Amino acid sequence: MASVTYENVTKRFAGDTVAVHDLSLQVKDTEFMVLVGPSGCGKSTALRMLAGLEDITEGEIKIGDRIVNDVPPRDRDIAMVFQSYALYPHMSVYDNMAFGLKMRGTDRSEIDRRVRDAARILELDPLLKRKPRQLSGGQRQRVALGRAIVREPQVFLLDEPLSNLDAKLRVQTRIELQKQHRALHATFIYVTHDQVEAMTMGDRIAVMKDGILQQVAPPREIYDHPANIYVAGFIGSPTMNFVPVTVHEKAAKASGFEIELPRAVNVEKGILGIRPEALTERPREGHPGLELKVEVVEVLGSDQFLYGTCGSDTMTARVEPQMKVEVGDRVRLGIDPRQFHLFDVETEKALL
Amino acid sequence: MDLSLLLTDVPTLVVVIVGVPAVLGAYILGGEFLVRRLPDRARGSVRPWIWVAPALFFVTAFLVAPAIGTVFTSFQSHGGDWIGLTNYQRQLVDFPNGGAWIAIRNNLYWLVLYTLFVLFFGLLLAVLFDRVPYESVVKSLIFMPMAISAVALGVIWKFMFWYQPADAPQTGTLNAIVVNVFHQAPKTWLTDPNVNNFALIAAAIWGITGFSMVILSAALKGIPADLLEAARVDGAGEITIFRRVIFPLMMPTVVVVGTTLVIFALKAFDIVYVMTAGNFGTDVLANRMYKLLYQADNPGGASAVAIILLLAVIPVLIFNLRQFRAVEARR
Repeated sequence: MASVTYENVTKRFAGDTVAVHDLSLQVKDTEFMVLVGPSGCGKSTALRMLAGLEDITEGEIKIGDRIVNDVPPRDRDIAMVFQSYALYPHMSVYDNMAFGLKMRGTDRSEIDRRVRDAARILELDPLLKRKPRQLSGGQRQRVALGRAIVREPQVFLLDEPLSNLDAKLRVQTRIELQKQHRALHATFIYVTHDQVEAMTMGDRIAVMKDGILQQVAPPREIYDHPANIYVAGFIGSPTMNFVPVTVHEKAAKASGFEIELPRAVNVEKGILGIRPEALTERPREGHPGLELKVEVVEVLGSDQFLYGTCGSDTMTARVEPQMKVEVGDRVRLGIDPRQFHLFDVETEKALL
Repeated sequence: MDLSLLLTDVPTLVVVIVGVPAVLGAYILGGEFLVRRLPDRARGSVRPWIWVAPALFFVTAFLVAPAIGTVFTSFQSHGGDWIGLTNYQRQLVDFPNGGAWIAIRNNLYWLVLYTLFVLFFGLLLAVLFDRVPYESVVKSLIFMPMAISAVALGVIWKFMFWYQPADAPQTGTLNAIVVNVFHQAPKTWLTDPNVNNFALIAAAIWGITGFSMVILSAALKGIPADLLEAARVDGAGEITIFRRVIFPLMMPTVVVVGTTLVIFALKAFDIVYVMTAGNFGTDVLANRMYKLLYQADNPGGASAVAIILLLAVIPVLIFNLRQFRAVEARR
């Protein structure tokens, strides 16, 4: 078991493309850390540098107290689950799982014990003699995980391991992975572009964009206190409403409504961020709230989304499904005063 | 280029240019016309035959029929009398130096050395060039000999192996090296029975390695990079990765290339014909067949050799086809 530390790590590819810029990140021992961001944000590159599959251009990566910049992958004591699973097609499930142990010269009986243990945990016992092409997607995914588990590594690296599964299996496997993480008591570093996976699985989430780390925090904090507009917009679905406002002391004025900030902010202009669920169908006493001109109504059963405009700004509200709303209605909505954010226009950083 | 030759027989030219496509077109249209007239159920089973029939006709007329004819000829004397297995007997007497035995021995040399070395070099080059910049340029160079006709290739290597007496300047590349670098007496590469077979096989290997390299290289590139990375993380070194992951995944392709090369080796003719004409103990079956037919005027003997060769090739051919299908099925 070990912690992982990125210290000012930069990765430049040929042609001066910067994939990861000055990344500093500390992953604690046994922590489940999720690297999340859109494709091309550098999250996979960051993981691959840790695995030793990419050279580190600048900075240092440590596993435990050991700097691993020049350590080959096989000596890093890590195991990786690939997006494509990367199972060896010519080997049986058993041999796929045993391969890493054989490479390390593990005793034959010990290999057998570990493979069978992992197979039992992952319910792969009846499949041990099969070849990967005879397995379903979910089974292949479990074999890939099993191949990592038998190695009993210090750190598990998972590169979008669920993205090739269908929606239902993805949810199941997500839960399964969390159980495994607790059972194995190991450090997990998990790369995904899916904010739901990030929110549900991570002890902490690291949000990346264009090779730059935006924020590292537990899911709740990322959601409640996004550090900047990018993080605020990336996490949460439907995405947060962003409304330009003019600020005067504690009052923020948008094109169609006005609200009172919890404290005075020393800027003249800002971007107000309001989550759709902060717009409620019950305006509070003494607060005028805002009037939404509804253009699209989406009923999802458990939720109802209203898309519309307020003044010159487009906004989304998440209201109770029972509320009767027609397209074209003007609905008065309250704003939950604890659930809005103000961002700087220039730096896009959170001001409140 | 002088094309006036084509105009010496204009009617034939017209027939070829207009007549052949017209006949083919009429056949297709006529066939389709007839198929349309058939009841619905019969159409599906008849139509494929309409399309396959021309190919079947040509294969039968130009391949199957002559092959059967060859079988008959191999049982006949020059005068056309049935003489049973006598032709075969004459080819297979006096082991190890009589009849066709030298040719059979040499074909076995070809079979083993040519196949193994071409596979080895092809694999080696494919793996090495996978990691160099300018890969496509380098691979084109190695592939270049494939564009040279076998006859030209034979002539080139004849010069490479050229022999001059020890006191004369060595114009052959190999002997120039032997004399000037190693200070040895020049060797008679193509007439010394101890080396000449290997000299011929070396020339043939040079000519075909590009083919093997290109196909194996394609197979190598078909292996997902993920797999190699997974093996690296699993703790395998580069040589182990090649042995345990890359090579097993290339194996089906290696087998297909290998059996194709075995067939090439059994059919070996042109290089031998050009470089030694099968003299000095370098004869191979195909060349022996040619000599028996055109030089010895012995069609029965030539046919017997042809049938021996055919019998040797058929099992390899069947295996090759099966393997090819297995590779396709795995995709």
